[in-house]
Amino acid sequence: MRLATRLLPSVLLSVFALASAAFAQDLAVRGRIVHTMGGARIEDGVVLVRGGKIAAVGRASEVALPAGVQVLEAAVVTPGLIDAHSSLGLAGWLNYAHDKDELERSSALQPELRAIDAYNAREPLIEWVRGFGVTTVHTGHAPGAVISGQTMIVKLRGETLDEAVLQPLAMVAATLGEGATSEDDKAQPGTRAKAAALLREELVKTQSWMAKRARAVEEKEPLERDLRRETLALVLEGKVPLLVTAQRAQDIATALRLAKEFDFHLVLDGAAEAPLVLDAIRAAQVPVIVHPTMFRAVGETENLSLETPGALKKAGIQVALQGGYESYVPRARVVLFEAAEAAAYGLSFDDALGLITLDAARLLGIEQRVGSLEVGKDGDLALYDGDPFEYTTHCVGVVIDGRVVSSEKR
Amino acid sequence: MQTALLAAVLLAVPLHALAQERAQDGAAPQAFVGARLVTLAGAEIENGILVVRDGVIAYVGPLERTPVPAGAVIHDVSGRTILPGLVDTHSHIGAVDGGDRSQPLQPEVRVLDSIDVLDPSLARARAGGITTVNVMPGSGHLLSGQTAYIKLRKGHTIEELAMRNPDGTPAGGIKMANGTNSRRDPPFPGTRAKSAALVREKYVAAQEYARKLADPDPKKQPERDLGLEALGEVLSGKRMVHHHTHRHDDILTVLRLREEFGFRVVLHHVSDAWKVADEIAAAKVPCSLIVIDSPGGKLEARDMRWESARVLSEAGVDVCFHTDDPITDSRLFLRSAALAARAGLARDKALAGVTLAGARMLDLATRVGSLEVGKDADFVILDGDPLSVYAHVLETWVEGQKVFDLNDPRDRLFAVGGVGAGSPRALSCCEGEEEEVR
Repeated sequence: MRLATRLLPSVLLSVFALASAAFAQDLAVRGRIVHTMGGARIEDGVVLVRGGKIAAVGRASEVALPAGVQVLEAAVVTPGLIDAHSSLGLAGWLNYAHDKDELERSSALQPELRAIDAYNAREPLIEWVRGFGVTTVHTGHAPGAVISGQTMIVKLRGETLDEAVLQPLAMVAATLGEGATSEDDKAQPGTRAKAAALLREELVKTQSWMAKRARAVEEKEPLERDLRRETLALVLEGKVPLLVTAQRAQDIATALRLAKEFDFHLVLDGAAEAPLVLDAIRAAQVPVIVHPTMFRAVGETENLSLETPGALKKAGIQVALQGGYESYVPRARVVLFEAAEAAAYGLSFDDALGLITLDAARLLGIEQRVGSLEVGKDGDLALYDGDPFEYTTHCVGVVIDGRVVSSEKR
Repeated sequence: MQTALLAAVLLAVPLHALAQERAQDGAAPQAFVGARLVTLAGAEIENGILVVRDGVIAYVGPLERTPVPAGAVIHDVSGRTILPGLVDTHSHIGAVDGGDRSQPLQPEVRVLDSIDVLDPSLARARAGGITTVNVMPGSGHLLSGQTAYIKLRKGHTIEELAMRNPDGTPAGGIKMANGTNSRRDPPFPGTRAKSAALVREKYVAAQEYARKLADPDPKKQPERDLGLEALGEVLSGKRMVHHHTHRHDDILTVLRLREEFGFRVVLHHVSDAWKVADEIAAAKVPCSLIVIDSPGGKLEARDMRWESARVLSEAGVDVCFHTDDPITDSRLFLRSAALAARAGLARDKALAGVTLAGARMLDLATRVGSLEVGKDADFVILDGDPLSVYAHVLETWVEGQKVFDLNDPRDRLFAVGGVGAGSPRALSCCEGEEEEVR
């Protein structure tokens, strides 16, 4: 009973709000400040969502709202936040065998593992992260094997994969350096050079397979299916990026070297020592999904800096921020908090917010759908009672496709 | 005569112990002028003055009522905020270890004997404004060893950093744990009931040992046993138990054993504390909380709530926070207090949670935790509100000595990170020499 009085009212309130909004996809959100990210911030702005899509954005005095439309109000309104790389939904909060699906260790190379076959749309951490304004997540297999599997993009909506999925195959996740090696686990390479060699061998085999496939097509011969090769062929054809987690400078350099050799679309992940190789990254025009700002400085990330997101941005490198993957606690990082620290350590407010909205959408190639409050995009919004980055500000509402998915003050 | 002599000795020992600890150079007093003083002893002072002499706070108050002492070195800190040095009640800085895999209870082990004071984790803690730390061994044992209360003075040996009890012995508590972390293959316990039984047996042995020690017959004195000796200090109340515990029933087990054996205890982490707040309050046991960015990571931390601090505080429980570094980052310790404030904890309680409340739980509140005359001159200078993400620690002072300066490139490296920040070789080699870090 004590618990009920202490903690339940806010929960009941949010359930009620969810129930009342469950079938409406028309609503308006009015904010004292609206950070559209598609242009300048709007004072006393309003965003009108109809049929789940943004129908109008502007000053409240200038946007005519349909009669009877539900209007939510908040001090600050932003686009729904985007976590550019996570294992959310594969990595569960209990961290036991039954909810630990982010990394399969039986083999170093498993590009055939699909993220869609492991996503738990009812994972409690999804609700937790969403409660702070996160609406879109690039999630999937975690770093920790030379090729750990596929990633995908989901919206944090629905109770099934099909309701959540935005892009079933986003990238193929690879790892170089200490994260890909193990002294004890014989299924993994023992050194970083061996890890790179395994990756190169795998790509060379895929090249051969692609040639064989081309001949088969030409000669109208049947070809046995090969899930592994089919996936990596998409990488070598430039259709799907290879997401390479590399923290040390030499591992970043290796990733750049392999991208040049095999001409795939490289996205760097982590990149703790990126400040040492900024010029090389910029010259290769490779985007970076930088490690969480508050990532632990230990082992291969011992030299990471709270200022790296800012350093990458200022160097003109395409960059987005991630909640990342943790094998212990916090099992899920909230990308809002990581951007807040980036704002505290060298980035302007707008640049920091960009890392978890429009910059992230562009890096993931989903900017036509999400990332800013612009007409025609999805009605995904986050509502706050103050500066979203301040520790003591609350997220007071989250909207996905015009539906209120959270209204618990958090 | 004998009593008088004893009293004199008792009085002399603490002074001697403190003198041993602190550098008392007799230098000119230092006056920090114009800052907002968050004293944790009364209302915040908008335009204040803090005077430090011989490593101790000599004066603290509003500037308008206080002349700056003649001959004082003046530090203009107008526009800044000064907070007491932060007290971290649970940290693993210094690359420490405790007991080994041989036994589940190892009270004879001292973490003091394993601290690497040159480890970069200490530099990061100074950068976060932390000045007093309870350095703990891990939670993989029912009892993993004696903890060490240290000051983050500049120093290259643990002897320079360790705090001492009035009798000159190293200050510290003892680390215990229940729940899942300490359950392993034998001789470690496999169940909760076995965990409690092993702990109770050890306490019974310590009671027996203490009884023999008290026997006036010298022939009946027991052989010296370092472990039971430490547990004797726990039973007599001299040594605080710092108890890792998460689940509501494990929390109540600690309270049950405390009732039986009478030790003094601080409950650490306490993920489920909000479920048994009234029971904790009734037992008058304080809590040291960790604030993690998401619940879970393991089953027993599934129900961790940021509201715990508020619920406990409203129930009348003394609440503080800890970093559990490296679980959370010492540089961001103030963030834990701020997130608890976000979840409803009163501002003064949140700030006390990283200063004075922690000092109380380490039995150090007469020396640290607030800006009060006579206390150690441990303080932090910030460029903003302590609960704001945009505020940075500019300087950290311990006993009147500056131990962190954001303007010093060598210190800044540890504050923000970067190449070299992971290596103890990046620490300054020679005091006063201007040299590049790399």
